[in-house]
Amino acid sequence: MFTRDELAFAFVLALGLSAASAADAPRLGQPITPADLTPWDISIAPDGVGLPPGSGTPVQGAEVYAKFACALCHGDKGAGGPGGPLVGGGPLSGGSQAPAKLIGNYWPYATTIFDFTRRAMPWQQPKTLTDNEVYAVTAYILALNKIIGENDVMDAQTLPKVKMPNRDGFISRYPEKR
Amino acid sequence: MGNRKARTASPAPAAGNGLLDRRALLGSGIVFAGAMTTGIGASPTGAAAEPLEVGPWSLGPGDPVPPYGQPSKFERKVVRTLANPKLEPRSSAARTPHHLLNGTVTPNGLHFVIARGGQTEIDPDKHRLVIHGLVKQPMVYTVEALHRYPMVSRMTFVECGGNSAPLYSKEPIQADVQALHGLCSCAEWTGVKLSTLLEETGIDPRAKWFIAEGADLPTMNRSIPLAKAMDDAMIALYQNGEAINPSNGYPMRLLLPGYEGNMNVKWLRRIKLVEAPVMAINETKQYTILLPSGKAWQFYFPQEVKSFITHPSPGLNMKDPGYYEVSGIAYSGNGRISKVDVSADGGKSWAPAGLQEPVLSKAFTRFRMAWNWDGAPAILQSRATDEAGNVQPTRAAFLAERGEPKGTPPVVAFTMEHFNAIASWGVNTKGEVSHVYA
Repeated sequence: MFTRDELAFAFVLALGLSAASAADAPRLGQPITPADLTPWDISIAPDGVGLPPGSGTPVQGAEVYAKFACALCHGDKGAGGPGGPLVGGGPLSGGSQAPAKLIGNYWPYATTIFDFTRRAMPWQQPKTLTDNEVYAVTAYILALNKIIGENDVMDAQTLPKVKMPNRDGFISRYPEKR
Repeated sequence: MGNRKARTASPAPAAGNGLLDRRALLGSGIVFAGAMTTGIGASPTGAAAEPLEVGPWSLGPGDPVPPYGQPSKFERKVVRTLANPKLEPRSSAARTPHHLLNGTVTPNGLHFVIARGGQTEIDPDKHRLVIHGLVKQPMVYTVEALHRYPMVSRMTFVECGGNSAPLYSKEPIQADVQALHGLCSCAEWTGVKLSTLLEETGIDPRAKWFIAEGADLPTMNRSIPLAKAMDDAMIALYQNGEAINPSNGYPMRLLLPGYEGNMNVKWLRRIKLVEAPVMAINETKQYTILLPSGKAWQFYFPQEVKSFITHPSPGLNMKDPGYYEVSGIAYSGNGRISKVDVSADGGKSWAPAGLQEPVLSKAFTRFRMAWNWDGAPAILQSRATDEAGNVQPTRAAFLAERGEPKGTPPVVAFTMEHFNAIASWGVNTKGEVSHVYA
């Protein structure tokens, strides 16, 4: 029989061994330079870090919207379709219906529109838009929602400065309260 | 059982409307009064059996054993239900048929799926996992390389944040357990702990979160606290002993035990350590919970304590009065299940159910309760408690916090996230089971 102290000592030894074996882990990762992982590093922070060069306007965005047939899923001028509307959205409380959570009334950051469009749209051929086209269609959606003006240019400097109407509408549940 | 001599005592009632002490289940040999005590003819369930015949399967060889076995052809109805079978340009959901399964393990072909771009097929030889951002050395891993690392296995449920959303409706939606609760499943996952790989890349002390990103059409991304990476996050390579199913992320997925399903990124290709959340679509527009005040909860990660009865349940009707096993699934993203109480009288009285061992942290726990149904109307409920002391809320308590539902949407709509209130199954005198509010 082991005493409790002996057991504790054995446990520490076991931990020491597992730490040693972790240090001897296979180390089969291959180092990569930031430049070589650029094609995959598409993250865009809400402060704009990660936004690429380029720019676009709402007028250009209307052309992109037509060129890629965005209306098939989102309707004419974003009015709605199988992929959901890109405009509209009423008050988030008090109504008799469950409120729709849309870009204009719910999304807290404009950078998310750029990010999601660039990574996932259009559904049948994602990642085919140029960065200029993504800026343009983002500007078009923001203008349809009357969040920016008809002639505003969206680029890496202006997009993160767009204040979305529901920017302050969120309460973080993390870290969890115990 | 026919000629076993009945013991004298009936099992003691444990709670109202016929719930029996759970020891009645555990091989005590007690035979139920009215159902089986006097043998032939005592009750419909004791009706005499037909004379036995030798089946054709006893009179000749079967089929050649196939290289990959499939369930019996008599079980063909045990399949997932598909919300987008033609792969229209929207998300696809496949729901687990809990009412047709038992135990705690979800077979790989029946594990629930939500995918925004269909079932992605990735060539493992060409797939790469990159870890970069606030690390000391960005690294790329091949699938082959990851298979050489020390691995761990654990049973873990994965649950969509929108599972059970149909219960958040004004009127009780009449649908089966698969439609109501089918977006959660439980499997044994095997893979490499994320902390093992981060030890190799090194961590910049400024890193507080990491972004996980998939390689499929939407290249889905989520922000996750780095603390989870250092705790129990896993790069999972195997599901129930075989390579992860394509619909669940082959050749690898992120596994975050207990956390919202969407964060367990499938087809994982990239992990980037960052200082703050990236505010992806799935943590702003989606997977946030709008409260009656108009404000919304964000970064609500753990799937809270929950249970539901699978047998009987809507669509699984009962027949004659007598003995039934009430059975279901309980789980908590905060640890082990410590107790499941069952009621047959709509919550007026409760009794503790038996918990099938082993009871594992953040995994399905099967509970079982003996019930001698007397043929009268009944309302069945289950209420789980986890080891952290969290108790599954009543529907009333849940709605008091989240607000009253404003309509009765289609069953596939996602009107609420993280719904974990007690569900109620009504049993009428014919033994028909329906979804009710009680």
